[in-house]
Amino acid sequence: MKLEDKLFQDRYIVDEEHPHLKIKDPAACLNCEAKQCTQICPSEVYTWEEDHIDVAYGDCLECGTCRVACAEFNNIEWRYPRGGFGVMFKFG
Amino acid sequence: MAAIEKYDLIVVGAGPAGSAAALVAARAGLKVIIFERGEFPGSKNMFGGVLFGHEINELIPNYWETAPVERALIEERYFLVSGNSATTIAMRTKDFAEPPYNGFSVLRARFDKWFADQAVEAGALLVCETLVESLIMDHGKCVGVKTGRADGDVYADCVIVAEGANSLLTRDAGIHAEWKTNEVGVGVKELIKMPKDVLENRFNLTGQEGVSMRILGLTKGMTGGVFLYTNKETVSLGFVAMIEDLAARGFKPNDLMEEIKSNPMIAPFIEGGSTVEYTAHMVPEQGYKSVPRLVHDGLLIAGDAAMISNLLTGEGANLAVTTGRLAGEAVVAAKAAGDYSALGLYSYQNALDASYVMKDLKQFKGFAGYLHGNPDLMDLYPQLANEFLKGLLTADGTPRGAKAKALLAEVKKKKSLFGIAKDLWRGWRVIK
Ligand SMILES: Cc1cc2nc3c(=O)[nH]c(=O)nc-3n(C[C@H](O)[C@H](O)[C@H](O)COP(=O)(O)OP(=O)(O)OC[C@H]3O[C@@H](n4cnc5c(N)ncnc54)[C@H](O)[C@@H]3O)c2cc1C
Ligand code: SF4
Ligand code: SF4
Repeated sequence: MKLEDKLFQDRYIVDEEHPHLKIKDPAACLNCEAKQCTQICPSEVYTWEEDHIDVAYGDCLECGTCRVACAEFNNIEWRYPRGGFGVMFKFG
Repeated sequence: MAAIEKYDLIVVGAGPAGSAAALVAARAGLKVIIFERGEFPGSKNMFGGVLFGHEINELIPNYWETAPVERALIEERYFLVSGNSATTIAMRTKDFAEPPYNGFSVLRARFDKWFADQAVEAGALLVCETLVESLIMDHGKCVGVKTGRADGDVYADCVIVAEGANSLLTRDAGIHAEWKTNEVGVGVKELIKMPKDVLENRFNLTGQEGVSMRILGLTKGMTGGVFLYTNKETVSLGFVAMIEDLAARGFKPNDLMEEIKSNPMIAPFIEGGSTVEYTAHMVPEQGYKSVPRLVHDGLLIAGDAAMISNLLTGEGANLAVTTGRLAGEAVVAAKAAGDYSALGLYSYQNALDASYVMKDLKQFKGFAGYLHGNPDLMDLYPQLANEFLKGLLTADGTPRGAKAKALLAEVKKKKSLFGIAKDLWRGWRVIK
């Protein structure tokens, strides 16, 4: 089963005005060999696009893994979405 | 929300820890407010999961009569998988199908909502869709919280932080450093729906009975494991893995999930089912070694935010109920004494230390390190067990005595008996 089909089952209220995930210094990612964020995220929010990381924060499941995994560069600004926004588990 | 209004207690987070804390404080007549960032309590929460009922039953006797539980778990099945084979060790008892039950599978979006409602019925005020952005400190004492709402500063004599494992408030307050990659793991789960009769036949269940499975051998030696729980009409299938291990092995969590689902030993359990939800959550892995200071002036930390969870037994939610309750009781005592300083609140730490929670946590403190240092346990051992037993059971004309010898020689090629003995001895040492 494809990831996008799984994420399609999940319910989200995306906060279009306030992304809750941000790369602090996009240039630092150029020096990051492992690019853990592109591998470790359960919903594959991060993708490497030629020279920068793209962050599809609307798919985030709010687990915090990416932030902890980017330990060497500590380059992910991670906040919880504003109250009432983000993923909404129907079952949990 | 009027900024001047003051409470006895602010609780951050309406998970099991926060709702338990709010419940006991509200029952004692304290003015309590709970902030929850989700649309409703549970809407951000997932777990395996089994809720062991002992703790909740103490707070809400016969909770199963009103709580949205799924199935009473009557069987614990250890499933050691490798290749085309699996060895099962299972314990089933009908006694767990009777009150007071041992534990139920639950779905958190339903259960947490119900539990928070119990705190509300006891008099607590629940405010959802509200993120607590920071703690308000005054001369080292916590005096309230800053919420994401307009005029969102709220004050209280005491704050209980029950924000879960992904604990940003306590990190930002300098109570703990950012979690290291070996201190926390991530759990990923699919909820797979199938007709009730199919599920019951598949797992040999009747009525409200359910099964919990711990599956070893499918996580490539990572510290963690695969779990499967039966709910009423769904199966919860997922895995937990330490972030350091996941990063080092380079798996994408969803790819690993797909590999698990298509394993020939697992696929029959979910065949014909359809995935209705895909979720992920952080989980504490190190236990005792990660626990930060839990008592501060005007501030207590409970539940997963306190890193109190037990990797070996798979307990977490029930421990959160206990720590939340003890924190709530400490605030009640502090109010009676009129002292909300760390000293006045210290009965929380004393109660924790005296309870099974801390005793277990201390006892198992080396367990995560042990698993982490012995990837064979999660990977090679299931394989050895399957090969040995399969060989022994194969009827091929070889005398069984000679066969056992030959099989043991095969085992020894992969791991010396001394190595096995050493692993077992070390394992025994860390939990004894
Ligand atoms: C994959 C997986 C499987 C598990 N399996 C089991 C199991 O089978 N049995 C078991 O007993 N335990 C299990 N656990 C552990 C269990 O889920 C936790 O121990 C338990 O949920 C901890 O409860 P808590 O109340 O401390 O935190 P949580 O349940 O995480 O609740 C924290 C609450 O705080 C809210 N919150 C967080 N920050 C803020 C903020 N700033 N402002 C407002 N609200 C906030 C959250 O939305 C959430 O509702 C599992 C965990 C995982 C990840
Ligand atoms: S892991 Fe961190 S530093 Fe590396 S690419 Fe991702 S965000 Fe950038
Ligand atoms: S928090 Fe979890 S789901 Fe969200 S981007 Fe990070 S790793 Fe992915």
